[in-house]
Amino acid sequence: MLKKISIYLSENPNLRYWIVRPEWVAVILLIISIISSIQLSPFFADLAFIMDSATPYVEYGLIAIILTLIIISGEIDLSIASMIALTAVIFGTAYNAGLGMPISIIIALLSGTLCGLFNGILVTKLQIPSIILTIGTLTLYRGIAQSLASDFSLGGYPSWFIGIDYRYVGIIPIPVIIFTVFAIIVGFFLSSTIYGKQLYLIGTNPQTAKYSGIKVNRIKLLLFTLSGLVCGIAGVLTTSRLAVARFNMATGAELEIVLMVMLGGTYIFGGRGNIFGTFIAFWIVVILRAGLNVARIKIESQLTILGAMLIIAIILTNYIYAKSQK
Amino acid sequence: MTLFDKFLRIRELGIFSIIVVFVIVASIIDPRFMTLDSWRAVFLAIPLILVMAMGQMMVIICRHVDISIGSILAFSAIVIGLLFIQFPGLSLWLSLLITATVGLVMGLINGFIVTRFNVHSIIVTLGTLSLYRGLVFIVSGGRQIDRNDIPEHVVSFSQTSFLFSIPAILIFTAIIVIVSHLVMRHSVLGREIYATGSNPVAAHLKGINVTKVTLFCFGVCGMLAGVAGLFYASRFGYVNPGVTGVGIEFIVIAGVIIGGTSITGGSGSVLGTFLGILLLGIINVALPVLNIPGEFQKAIYGLIIVVALALDQLIIYRMKKLSGGLNA
Repeated sequence: MLKKISIYLSENPNLRYWIVRPEWVAVILLIISIISSIQLSPFFADLAFIMDSATPYVEYGLIAIILTLIIISGEIDLSIASMIALTAVIFGTAYNAGLGMPISIIIALLSGTLCGLFNGILVTKLQIPSIILTIGTLTLYRGIAQSLASDFSLGGYPSWFIGIDYRYVGIIPIPVIIFTVFAIIVGFFLSSTIYGKQLYLIGTNPQTAKYSGIKVNRIKLLLFTLSGLVCGIAGVLTTSRLAVARFNMATGAELEIVLMVMLGGTYIFGGRGNIFGTFIAFWIVVILRAGLNVARIKIESQLTILGAMLIIAIILTNYIYAKSQK
Repeated sequence: MTLFDKFLRIRELGIFSIIVVFVIVASIIDPRFMTLDSWRAVFLAIPLILVMAMGQMMVIICRHVDISIGSILAFSAIVIGLLFIQFPGLSLWLSLLITATVGLVMGLINGFIVTRFNVHSIIVTLGTLSLYRGLVFIVSGGRQIDRNDIPEHVVSFSQTSFLFSIPAILIFTAIIVIVSHLVMRHSVLGREIYATGSNPVAAHLKGINVTKVTLFCFGVCGMLAGVAGLFYASRFGYVNPGVTGVGIEFIVIAGVIIGGTSITGGSGSVLGTFLGILLLGIINVALPVLNIPGEFQKAIYGLIIVVALALDQLIIYRMKKLSGGLNA
């Protein structure tokens, strides 16, 4: 039976192209995790519960979407978690200095943008490999956040600002709506515009892309800057959710964000992947986390499972791409 | 003397002069810095990092990076701590062997995934960083190993001495550093690591077993991180699953990179790495002396990494220009 299918697939490359895709791994994983979670606790059948458990991960999801673009173009940004903390701390410092809410938000977004721009300039101008550079800026940005905020929690925001995750439209919390809309916009941009196609070409072969007249460096610079901006948005959202800003918030978030992108079937060496996969992978992480919490597995012990999943996701994606290239 | 050799010497001279200038400036600002006590503090602060840096240096020379070493350190420290609770009479040599084995296995797992599946090592070790940290919590049940759980002879390892009042931990570290130097400079394996790092494809064509060399580097890196776990238990007298070794990988990487090890692989030396770690240790001790709050330490380390990366890249760029080849 299996052999028949594989022979049939090899005779129909078009069908094969649609069936052998890493995103389907994500979809299957999502279905498995939903079913096993429902087995674990009947509360999982409740859509409102899943929606509520999704809100803490929306900030990561937003960044995962931009990170998908960066990884498709063959780079990576690991300083994301530190940029969340830094922008949140800058936001808190600015507000507590009496600058008022709108200006504080603008300053937070601006500082995120500058952090991203700094990454981008070093990557494109000095040609430092982004994977190692962002390990450096990861330490730098977290360190600046620590120097600014010390060990204090910066709070004291007006009540309208706090608790964006408790505002709903129907049963859907506002952050989830923001995430979905953002995913759709970026997904459309990636799949249906010329700029999206250019990203894939840059990731597949930067030399060719350069000789085809694509401004590789400018696009990469833009992507890193965008990543910083979105981290700024995430920083403000996180502060709204937690009502305080601390230098050590979102510690280790790079694992979950990279996991979302990898589970979604984006190829770690660039050139392949899409937003749909990342979107599905976001829900896998949400349901997995919620399920492990319901199963009363300690947050720290959950790291084992997430770490193992990251490695398995990468191996599986590489395997599928290697197969589909034959 | 080849051009490459001269080039390395200049690099180490650079970091050495930075150290000298820093020390002079610091002691002018506050003469307390030149006392024996603060130098004792410097040399007690670095063994842990220095031991890990030897392994990390080999991995980076081999064109990889291992960011899971902090979790490996924590895991081996927790394992040895739990063993101490069960068998307080465990000898130092046996515990050294156990921690080294634990670290070796974890390092080899990293190396296996990297070489077998050909994925970038930072992504793999980002996964194992969390995986091992989760294991630390599972094995320990979230419980801290306290001061009184760790036997006296292990604690005294980092305090007492048998030679000119130099703590035993320092002598042991010095042995590891010297052995690393001999391996990197004077053994075939060491030269194969350099060859693999400068050009894996050429190294393979030359008959070097690249997989084996890479596995060796990751194995040693894990093993030394495991040994550092015992050092940690001995030096700090406690092991906390949530605190031990968190973020230490970035300090180690910072030290290795400012020591002149190129992240594009193939160049770097034990002496440079030692000087890099020494500079970090001096900064660590100098901050309170210079009245700079401890919160700035991480930012300064981060800045050092970024500046060192930029300088490294500029040097490579200049080298390419000098040698006249664009694709060199």
